[in-house]
Amino acid sequence: MNLMEYQGKELFRRCGIPVPRSQHCKTPDDVAAFIEKNPGKWVVKAQVLMGGRGKAGKIKFATNAQEGRTVAREIMATPMPPNRQNPKGEAINSLLVEETVEIEKEAYCAITVDRATKKPSVIVTRFGGMDVEEVHEQHPESFKYHFVDTAIGYWPFVGRGLAFGAELDNGYRKQFPAIVAGMYDLFFRYGAKLVEINPLVLTKDGRVVAADAKIEIDDDGLFRHPEFKEWQAVLPLDEDEKLASEAGLGIRNFRRFGGTVGTMANGAGLAMGTMDAVKNAGGEIANFLDVGGGADAQRVRNCYELVVNHTAAKVLFINIFGGITRGDEVAKGIVTAMKETTSRKIPLVIRLTGTNEVEGRRILAEAGMTPVETMDEGAKRAVELAAGA
Amino acid sequence: MSIYLDKNSKVFVQGITGSEGSYHTGRMLAYGTKIVGGVTPGKGGQKTTHGLPVFNTVKECIEATGATHQCIFVPPAGAGDALLEAYEAGVRFSVCITEGVPVHDMLKVAGTTPGMRIIGPNCPGLVSPGQSLVGIMPGHVFKEGNVGLISRSGTLTYEVVDGLTRAGLGQSTCVGIGGDPIIGTTFVDCLREFAKDPQTKALVLCGEIGGSDEEEAAAFIKQHLSHMPIVAFIGGRNAPPGKSLGHAGAIISGSFGTPQSKVSAFQAAGVPVADRPSQIPELLKERMAARV
Repeated sequence: MNLMEYQGKELFRRCGIPVPRSQHCKTPDDVAAFIEKNPGKWVVKAQVLMGGRGKAGKIKFATNAQEGRTVAREIMATPMPPNRQNPKGEAINSLLVEETVEIEKEAYCAITVDRATKKPSVIVTRFGGMDVEEVHEQHPESFKYHFVDTAIGYWPFVGRGLAFGAELDNGYRKQFPAIVAGMYDLFFRYGAKLVEINPLVLTKDGRVVAADAKIEIDDDGLFRHPEFKEWQAVLPLDEDEKLASEAGLGIRNFRRFGGTVGTMANGAGLAMGTMDAVKNAGGEIANFLDVGGGADAQRVRNCYELVVNHTAAKVLFINIFGGITRGDEVAKGIVTAMKETTSRKIPLVIRLTGTNEVEGRRILAEAGMTPVETMDEGAKRAVELAAGA
Repeated sequence: MSIYLDKNSKVFVQGITGSEGSYHTGRMLAYGTKIVGGVTPGKGGQKTTHGLPVFNTVKECIEATGATHQCIFVPPAGAGDALLEAYEAGVRFSVCITEGVPVHDMLKVAGTTPGMRIIGPNCPGLVSPGQSLVGIMPGHVFKEGNVGLISRSGTLTYEVVDGLTRAGLGQSTCVGIGGDPIIGTTFVDCLREFAKDPQTKALVLCGEIGGSDEEEAAAFIKQHLSHMPIVAFIGGRNAPPGKSLGHAGAIISGSFGTPQSKVSAFQAAGVPVADRPSQIPELLKERMAARV
């Protein structure tokens, strides 16, 4: 779960990371009312998950209430324009009104999970305020890393060492170790996979503040944090993820593409392999679908309907290799699902092997369905059917 | 020989009375795995439907049975707890089947259990064919032989093994290392063990997109295992850039994590990469013939 800036900054405040004074507002009138009561120079920022707000004109300045209302209206008038990662753009439902800070320097700091060392990794570069991938291309040598031993935890020497190593401006040095301590606290307290401050601003008056907040919470750890339910409700939902949850699948188990060959497999690896097989056979993939373990009739029916009703599939290639999923149960599931579904019928190509495969094949055969022997054969037949249908 | 697991390995099942734990205990016993008991807190003193003793704690279980290998079937919230309980009790080998374990639990476990060999989490387990199977793999597709296999996937592993077995290529040990970001045992960990195993004469590596485990494996092979016939496969070559890959994640790995990076790393190490699982047996036979 990715958090919006105002949510991230709320967590920063709870963990003692300095942020500029701000107010979260839902309407232009709220913005005007806040500025009326709090005169000064304010920046109004669209609250979205997408990046590139500045370039899209979704961050604007205001010095009085009327101006605040006007720029808020302008920002909210149109959604965030689409980009490569978000081809549909993103609706703007709220704004953050924040104290403007006079920038002396901008740096970058993040904590993330490092797969190779199996440790939290603190990453710092003195180049902040721009796209971090660009910095990685232009100044790869500027990145300094510290892999934290979780048994020792975070101590100020880590922050000090990074500040010196990354050659942060002297103005950062006093406050930096405590800011990283706050980030490390947040990282563990909320089960984050990423805590990122870009830019970490050194102000002209010598303060160090987090001008932006990017936080990703581990979905698998969310059960420990029921307090995030409220925030989750206002986050834009990925449509594929929404459809997957409605069908009773994990949010990562379903993704759509434009092709005509629907796929369904058990296990993410086999589901990816099934996509690869369809592509190798010359077909275009309609979707990725991992049916998960224990595929009963209801689950199979949900998956079938998910593909038939929400993709352009002309055929569905079901590829089951039984381990924890039992072949006889999947077979029963397929037979029952096809009997009960009220959605349109498309041809099925079924490959079923592994645990209880003999029983599974018997069940399919009795219902008049003939499974194919191999994955390649199944992919080939599915592609032919899609082309001929 | 084999790696990690043989016919004498004494296994206990954590969560043995749960539905999956109980079902797979039955299957493991049928395969010949030496399961000596299990743990379900609150059910100590009872017997499972298979006639195995149940204990309240790991400590009681290993003291009474002499078990050395743990197999975990508990829900995600309890998996880290089960691993640490086993570590404290002196267990140094564990297979964690559970999917959805919070990544922070694994960070803590990985950082506090030196000397413990953990397979998984989110893995299908491992099998030394003809000897022992720990986990959820379908035993009948395996056959004893000389090919070692390491895989990040579950079901794709069965697919590949099935192909090897049908082609007459038996296996020494097959390890499903798991698909989570933080896993206890990597490709390189397994490669080190296989390098010492006299039974293993060839290797198959099944990787997938994300992370840099495959690139590290390729570097290890280039340095230490260039004499061995090895074939690799990368799953998900047609997958779009992953949504779960965060911004900072992309920095650390740089160009790592893409299928292209993995394929070229293996090729640079002299390891052919199969385009589809069905090509693996043929490619491996070619490599084996070339080395004779």
